Amino acid sequence: GSQHFSELFCILSSEERHQLRSVSVDLNHDASLLIDIPDALCERDKVKFTVHTKTTLSSFQKPEFSVPRQHEDFIWLHDTLVETEDYAGLIIPPAPPKPDFESPREKMHKLGEGEATMTKDEYTKMKQELEAEYLAVFKKTVQVHEVFLQRLSSHPILSKDRNFQIFLEYDQDLTVRRKNAKEMFGGFFKNMVKTADEVLISGIKEVDDFFEQEKTFLLDYYSKIKDSTAKAEKMTRAHKNIADDYIHVSATLNTISADDSTKVEGRVASDQELKLTELLRYYMRDIQAAKDLLYRRARALADYENSNKALDKARLKSKDIPQAEEHQQHCLQKFDKLSESGKKELTSFKGRRVVAFRKNLIEMAELEIKHAKVSSTIQPPAAKGWVCSV
Amino acid sequence: MADTARDPPPESTDFQELEDGEDLFPEPAATQESGPASLPAEDISTNSNGPKQDSLFDDDPEDLFAEATEEVSLDSPERDVLLSDGPSPAITPITPPTSVITPRIGLAHDDMFTHSSFDEIEEEEGGDSFDIHIAVSDPEKVGDGMNAYMAYKVTTKTSLSLFKTDEFSVKRRFSDFLGLHSKLASKYLHIGYIVPPAPEKSIVGMTKVKVGKEDQSSNEFVEKRRSALERYLMRTVKHPILLKDPDVLQFLESSELPRAVSTQALSSAGLLRMVNKAADAVNKMTIKMNESDAWFEEKQQHFENLDVQLRKLHASVESLVCHRKELSVNTAQFAKSAAMLGNSEDHTALSRALSQLAEVEEKIDQLHQDQANADFYLFSELLGDYVRLITAVKGVFDHRMKTWQKWQDSQLLLQKKREAEAKLQFTNKPDKLQQAKDEIKELEGKVQQGERDFEQISKTIRKEVSRFEKERVKDFKTIIIKYLESLVQTQQQLIKYWEAFLPEAKAIS
Repeated sequence: GSQHFSELFCILSSEERHQLRSVSVDLNHDASLLIDIPDALCERDKVKFTVHTKTTLSSFQKPEFSVPRQHEDFIWLHDTLVETEDYAGLIIPPAPPKPDFESPREKMHKLGEGEATMTKDEYTKMKQELEAEYLAVFKKTVQVHEVFLQRLSSHPILSKDRNFQIFLEYDQDLTVRRKNAKEMFGGFFKNMVKTADEVLISGIKEVDDFFEQEKTFLLDYYSKIKDSTAKAEKMTRAHKNIADDYIHVSATLNTISADDSTKVEGRVASDQELKLTELLRYYMRDIQAAKDLLYRRARALADYENSNKALDKARLKSKDIPQAEEHQQHCLQKFDKLSESGKKELTSFKGRRVVAFRKNLIEMAELEIKHAKVSSTIQPPAAKGWVCSV
Repeated sequence: MADTARDPPPESTDFQELEDGEDLFPEPAATQESGPASLPAEDISTNSNGPKQDSLFDDDPEDLFAEATEEVSLDSPERDVLLSDGPSPAITPITPPTSVITPRIGLAHDDMFTHSSFDEIEEEEGGDSFDIHIAVSDPEKVGDGMNAYMAYKVTTKTSLSLFKTDEFSVKRRFSDFLGLHSKLASKYLHIGYIVPPAPEKSIVGMTKVKVGKEDQSSNEFVEKRRSALERYLMRTVKHPILLKDPDVLQFLESSELPRAVSTQALSSAGLLRMVNKAADAVNKMTIKMNESDAWFEEKQQHFENLDVQLRKLHASVESLVCHRKELSVNTAQFAKSAAMLGNSEDHTALSRALSQLAEVEEKIDQLHQDQANADFYLFSELLGDYVRLITAVKGVFDHRMKTWQKWQDSQLLLQKKREAEAKLQFTNKPDKLQQAKDEIKELEGKVQQGERDFEQISKTIRKEVSRFEKERVKDFKTIIIKYLESLVQTQQQLIKYWEAFLPEAKAIS
């Protein structure tokens, strides 16, 4: 059913709230444009985000305002930015992934089916686990959508984008605009990027050492981080299964030893790995965005080389030389612009990545230690029995 | 394909050692091979035609086990070995799998039984304080191919005067254990004693070992079996009556043991089949047992519930073991992946931190493996043992039913004979009349015996159930605490690993 995220959010301790802040570094420090998602509504599987903006910029009509947005609106914004020629030399922040409630939904289904075979205690605990998982998915999706907007607002060029402003400000439904955009581009550009890239990258003779190194590094790093992300996800899933097993085990054990004084309560914390998985997944997508930049530049280089060939041909045939010259100049300018901007972007990206990894690895290690410390005590029997959280 | 040879019946001279002068061996068992009422030996083993409910002279306890008889499997090639006359087979010691046995778990094994043995054991009336410890160790493969078998060293340490020395060992093979159980079951089950079931046979597991594959899974199988055999013996000797049984003493002490040819041990599946068949038989009884004693009804229900719960718990713990092994595999894979990522990373400090992360995860993988072993050996196997034990308990209750039925049947028959005799009074058939009178006298004896048997088994079961429940609660408590301690140890180790990693993460600049 519907649940206001803000209600659920209140249940968490402030520490947990902080923990689930962005895997990206804290971006919301430029006071001229502050964006956050303070509230979200979950109806079935559709999430409605409340995007809240506080700004000192005159380009906006009001200094503070909120609008409701859906996931599809974010995708529209991302795609328009990708399609914009002027931004070809920038790393466009990766689009937030679609809210995925598949896992808790499946669990809920299983819980419903297995209700008859469980004790009341077991069922309650499983339901709690399920609610926690649902909440975790919910929080994650709010967070990635928030980070996406904050990346844009902290970027000197992208923050000034007209469509970004519309996204933040337009108090009507964006659905109509989205439809139009789809008709215009039809996702054509994106498809082209995917299929031709590898061929292009390998075929182009790189003129710049910096980009040569970046290309090698990013391609390799991407495949490694993709693998690590997948393996981390498997770890998290296995840990969750163990947590579920402990619920069944402790419930049945307590039923058996109801008259004895041994009572066991097992709770397994399984969210330490979540942090690691989220970090890896986010940067996997970010590196894909960086790769996209390289591809665009490679394409610009290819265009430039083709324009050179065309110019030579024109000169040979003494036909349409001025157009060919103009086209060649245009291609060169575009390529130079992409190279210059690309270099800046990739350098700052590297710095950002290192800082983010540091922050998240530290937080993860601290979480692990905290959980292990809590779990490593068997409390002696108080009124009735022993309690140990595992 | 049943064996026709049989184990020799127990000698009556050994009964003198039993306390309270209890006659544990009513006529049927002692007169198996003599007396007109008993069935000839050959018929018993080949009896696979279902229970002989109509046969009222069904004295032979072996008959009850006929349905539960396992086909002689690859696991017991004793007959072949008996026939062959080759040189003594090669002995291959098996190295215990290092990942399966860690010092921590090994300790848990020993402690599991010594602690519970020494604490608060009821003193036997006038007996020694319970002080005996049995270890099963050093599995060695004897022979080759399908005739090979595993020999185990059984070491007994004790101060009980029952034994000749303080410490002694013998070599035993799996079929010896089955043979011991078979003997004990045939002697004690039908009079109400809860005889601990022997470990399960496993054709698949054993075949792998025979074939000579010394890989992880066959090592794990051997270790699992070794551990199960040890628990089996400890449970058996913890039983004050069974401890003093001559077969048990012979098993522990004799250097040479007559080969158990018919290892038709009751598998738990077989026992369950038998129990179910008995239950069906009870339902078909013409006279329903008037359960005047509510205690029995209550206890039976209690064990039914316990059975359901234990099976459920066992399934959950098996799932836990499985998932924990999965987690271990996934952690190892992640460690490798993180190491590769670290190599790929061009920022020096971050690269180093990622490599450290990979190392931490590798260590954690080992922790998971150890924990999975604890899950299994401490927890899962205990539950498996108790699921089988409960089946034995249920069997004992059913024996009581059967004993009652037998008594009732005798009474009915006596009544009929009396009626027949009364009719014969009016005929002129002195021979037939005398015969009837003789039969009546015999039947009166039987009825009295039947009643005595029933009272006796009821009394025994009460004692046994009380003892069993005490042991169960103690066992569970001990094991659970041990298990929780293993979990705590794991967590503490985790703290160490992550605390070592933290400065590495902070060193990234």
